Amino acid sequence: MTAINNSILTLILLLPLAGALLVVLLPERGKLPNWIALATSLVTFALTLHLPAHFITGQSGFQFEVNWQWLESPAVFYHVGVDGLSLWLVVLTGLLAPVGVVASWKAIRERRKIFYALFLVQQTAMFGVFLSLDLLLYYCFWELSLVPMAILIAMYGRRNGPQAALKFFIFTFIPSAPLLVAILWLYAQTGSFNFVTLQTAIAHGGFGAWPLLWLALAFLFAFAVKVPVFPLHGWLADTYSEAPVALAMVVAGKLGLYSLLRFHIGLFPQQARAAAPLLVALAAVGVLYGACLALVQRDFWRLMAYAALSHLSLITLGIYGLTLTGWEGAIFQILNHGVVDGALFLLLGVLYDSYATSEIAAYGGLARKLPRTATAFVFASLAMIGLPMMGNFVGEFLILLGTFTGVSKGWAIAATMGVILGAAYMLWLIQRLFFGPESALALSKPPEDLRAGQLAVMWPLAALMLVMGVAPGFWLYPIEQGVRPPQAAQLTREPAVAPPQPALPAATDGEGQR
Amino acid sequence: MNSVPDILRILPEVILTLTGVAIMLIDASWPAGWARRPLGWVATVGALLALWASLGQLALPAGAGFYGAVETSAFTVFFHVLICGLVLVVLLLSLDTLPADSHHQGEFYALIAFGAVGMCLMTGAVELLLVFIALEISSISTYILTGYRKDTANGPEAAIKYFLLGSFATAFLLYGIALIFGATGTTQIYEIARLAPAAQNQSLILAGLGLMLVGILFKVSAAPFHVWTPDVYEGAPLPVAALLATAPKAAAFALLLRVVYQMLPTLRPVWSPLLWGVAALSMTVGNLAALRQQNVKRMLAYSSIAHAGYLLAAFSGLGTSGITAACFYTAAYAAMNVGIFAVITVASGYDEKLPLIADFRGLIYRSPLVGGLLIFFLASLVGIPFTGGFLGKLTSFSVAMKGGAVWLVILGLLNSGLAAAYYMRLALAAAQRPKEGTTAAPRVGVAVGVALLLAAATTLVLGVLPGSVFHAAEANAQTFSATPH
Repeated sequence: MTAINNSILTLILLLPLAGALLVVLLPERGKLPNWIALATSLVTFALTLHLPAHFITGQSGFQFEVNWQWLESPAVFYHVGVDGLSLWLVVLTGLLAPVGVVASWKAIRERRKIFYALFLVQQTAMFGVFLSLDLLLYYCFWELSLVPMAILIAMYGRRNGPQAALKFFIFTFIPSAPLLVAILWLYAQTGSFNFVTLQTAIAHGGFGAWPLLWLALAFLFAFAVKVPVFPLHGWLADTYSEAPVALAMVVAGKLGLYSLLRFHIGLFPQQARAAAPLLVALAAVGVLYGACLALVQRDFWRLMAYAALSHLSLITLGIYGLTLTGWEGAIFQILNHGVVDGALFLLLGVLYDSYATSEIAAYGGLARKLPRTATAFVFASLAMIGLPMMGNFVGEFLILLGTFTGVSKGWAIAATMGVILGAAYMLWLIQRLFFGPESALALSKPPEDLRAGQLAVMWPLAALMLVMGVAPGFWLYPIEQGVRPPQAAQLTREPAVAPPQPALPAATDGEGQR
Repeated sequence: MNSVPDILRILPEVILTLTGVAIMLIDASWPAGWARRPLGWVATVGALLALWASLGQLALPAGAGFYGAVETSAFTVFFHVLICGLVLVVLLLSLDTLPADSHHQGEFYALIAFGAVGMCLMTGAVELLLVFIALEISSISTYILTGYRKDTANGPEAAIKYFLLGSFATAFLLYGIALIFGATGTTQIYEIARLAPAAQNQSLILAGLGLMLVGILFKVSAAPFHVWTPDVYEGAPLPVAALLATAPKAAAFALLLRVVYQMLPTLRPVWSPLLWGVAALSMTVGNLAALRQQNVKRMLAYSSIAHAGYLLAAFSGLGTSGITAACFYTAAYAAMNVGIFAVITVASGYDEKLPLIADFRGLIYRSPLVGGLLIFFLASLVGIPFTGGFLGKLTSFSVAMKGGAVWLVILGLLNSGLAAAYYMRLALAAAQRPKEGTTAAPRVGVAVGVALLLAAATTLVLGVLPGSVFHAAEANAQTFSATPH
């Protein structure tokens, strides 16, 4: 078992790459690339399930760690590991891969080899981001994740692929330049890219206040664009409306949010604390702004983009509320958002594939023709809105609770308004797509409802939404372990918190944090 | 001096010279009707033999032959292998690209071989006059190759421009050598290193160094000595542009390393800020100009200017680490640039059917292999991780950071963000769906296939498992610090 534990993360990283290689080498005959991609992503998903099964909750620090030297000068290590923070995100990434393959099954008709190869490379890059504990290795995967995305947007864009791809790439690539400067500066000072080493060095006050401020800003900026946080969301709507469904469902959110929590708050707790009021304000504005814009969209991809902005802002609010409740809620909500967005994108993709338009006004009255699609869509929308007994309810509740008690009642109320607006635009979308009089579009084509493959994906996702709402403790317990000690818990502002001291990472026993 | 026969010290150069001469003789003696393509294979075999001979030089004890004029060491072997590898790729590329009926094919291949002699000799020479002669051999060959397409308007124009400006730059170099000779009384690099610190007239040495730097920086096309680059690349046939962008630059960088780190290391306070400034200027000027280009060759020309800037950033690193980073970056730069030119040659053909960025639209749909490789090399130029371009930039900037040049690093990385815009423009055009009725898929011949494979594999290996190349680069740095005085 130790042999498996020692190699599991490497396997998770390499398997999609091997699949990509196989896709490239074998001929594009029939649906062969699709099947290889599906098999690879399913096996990878099965491998990620090994992690929660053998994760020792209650043990602080990283597990399944591997640490090999990759480069000598600069000294870069292949250093990967998992803790409560990243555990479920890895599993989520694994889960969404087969969903993405199924969503692309019919949508991608030409050059399928390139599509599935790049899709699998993208998987490796995302796993790498969550697993890397060496800052430079992390940066490598972070950058790598941009390339397949940009190329696939350009190749399969619906109207204006290359422009959207360029926008996406430039928006996310340029902010990562300061990030690399910051990482190299840290290396020049300490001689290490190791996350834990750097965390300790910074916590023990090895740096001046000004350099730390600039470093923290560089990290924050790079991640905030990727999330995106409110005024930096310029790329989001275009990317959502151009990207293939399988990529749109993973492009925003989890990578940036995880990085904020792990690297911005984790490395620079004091600076994060100083920046928190601004970010809380921006996040609350983002919740409302995204929801308001989602209300007036005519195109359902763009509507989903602004809905995502609203939801991701809520998670950002949870993170920068700097409360343990908020952090738990934030991670849990990333999971919910991933599952629900995956389902909704799959369904919208089905609509787009058969009717070839994303204009909401053209639809209407589809419920009678596509009963399964409509049911699934309503179910997933209700989960997204945050109906009690569904996962989102728990996540949003924890975030809002943390904000209400730990930050300010005003922002909590503002964010709650945004959540209510969320119900408005989703329900209105359902009404316009599926109910009302049958549109000319609905009559124009023979109905093509969900098929066996899509149902095989939808059922587990729907079940998951429900289970995550009914038994959130199963997920929250490791998350709690993850956010508690390493995140410099003295930072949190919950009532029982001791006055701020120099943060000692991984050394606190967690006392007095609740 | 030592027991090694002098001839072994210049064996690769000898092989390449014999190859060139043989090609010219065969060309002259063959009937006019016979195909000249086999001559390209002769040149390829010569380049392979030279490569093998260079590797064999590792077995020789490091030291100089011909009365201290030519040296073999880990450093020279590194650059010999690099240059021979580049020439090999360019030859394979030319084999499938030159039309069967094109004129003077014999001279074409012979000149490439002679140019390679000059470049190799440039990296091995430790005697300034020999350095000058080597530079001239390489330059004159490339001047002629640039104007190979006599029937086009911009071919001869490019050759004349390159010739005039290049001669001017070499004159600067020669004048600098003369001044340094005046100050120290010698042209042997080790002797200069020994005598220069105690020389009477330091300002003469400074002036000499300045003039030599002008000559060398012209060859690496660093700003402000870069103006020739876009015109020359545009006018030269594509395989020649692939050569020009890589091999002579690698040789010139080797020469630059030798001049600053080995000949005048004590003047570091002078040349380091100077190169710092040139680095900053090159990357900014190169990238800003490249942003506006529509022509692919001109864009790549400006991109190579910017890359010279990134490379020069390594020179602000201290001692060994700077040399290591510069050598590593040179290898990565050469691999990805020869690769991108090779891909463009394949896609565009000898008659350059696709001159503009917009013409590459849909390349990946027409030929996934060629389009995919184009995007791969562009990703390496952008500096995407797991490619040679990224690790080159990383080592270069990380030693600059350690050397205290924080601003240079910030400027460099912002520049590479800017550069991403124009590289991505080409990559995304290639990824876009083609218009109806566009041209057929480009044909990939065997020789070109091997060339592409070599370049791509090297770029990938340099990005994923750079260990051995890195050790070789470090060994280079060691040979400098272990210089006999």
